Amino acid sequence: MASDEHAAPNYMMIFYWLAGLTVVEIAVAYLPASMRVLMIALLVGLAIAKASLVAMYFMHLRFEKMTLSLIALTPPVLLMLFVVITYPDIAWRVFTWIKPI
Amino acid sequence: MTNVAAVDHTLGVEPAESPLTPESWGKLGMWVFLAGDAMSFGGLICAYAALRVGDPSWPIPSQHLGIPLTAFMTFLLICSSVTMVKGLEAIQTGDRAGLRKFLGLTILGGTMFLSMQAYEWTHLISGSEHHASLGLSTLFGATFFILTGFHGCHVFSGVVYLTCILLNSGHYTKDSHNSVEIVGLYWHFVDLVWILIFTFVYLV
Repeated sequence: MASDEHAAPNYMMIFYWLAGLTVVEIAVAYLPASMRVLMIALLVGLAIAKASLVAMYFMHLRFEKMTLSLIALTPPVLLMLFVVITYPDIAWRVFTWIKPI
Repeated sequence: MTNVAAVDHTLGVEPAESPLTPESWGKLGMWVFLAGDAMSFGGLICAYAALRVGDPSWPIPSQHLGIPLTAFMTFLLICSSVTMVKGLEAIQTGDRAGLRKFLGLTILGGTMFLSMQAYEWTHLISGSEHHASLGLSTLFGATFFILTGFHGCHVFSGVVYLTCILLNSGHYTKDSHNSVEIVGLYWHFVDLVWILIFTFVYLV
């Protein structure tokens, strides 16, 4: 591409980061059940980090115009809205759940 | 007209002035498609999350699903994303042989992923003495197979798409290789979605 002049990112470095984060993820998955909330928070954070690395460097978003990033960020924002909207239904289900005998 | 001189008109490609992606309408088109596809996957993942959170008796995934195999599958898909971007790097310097090599490796990675997915599925469906057969009759099974199946269809389509690009690789040059970048976007998206599915279906 003649239009964007920037040094090619070190793709192997991104690969090592992705591989390393995957190893950390699997280790985190084996945390004891008592630390479940922490485990979920860490896993979500790690997944977002890995997805961001792929999007920014492999899919080149870091070097594209900002508007393209906005197109890419719209679905996650809309989906989070979707989760918030369905939350009352989920909460009701959890609140009224009867444990099977 | 000077900036379109490098475009290969034999392919019928129009010079583009898409404001976001000056060299290529196709790239913008692929991004818009991927945003829509993300909504499809997102809808399924959010539905899975809603069903799972609302059911405290949901089975623990690590007790029914094979984490080591899937971890290797995740690693494999990440490697195939790296070979894809290496292939793009190759054609950006005019190295067509390098492009072919890395496209071939990416296709190999995708095919290996599909084979392992098929192996995992047959094992889950047929069951064993330690695990009852998993099917679509339970919510756990249904959400699992629908999510991984929908993703698997994307991997399969991606492998076919990559093969078409590989077969067409004689047309790509240092100055005209938009199609390679575009297929790369699709493939990275497939990898990205798998990273999310692996986290939320297998690990959480």
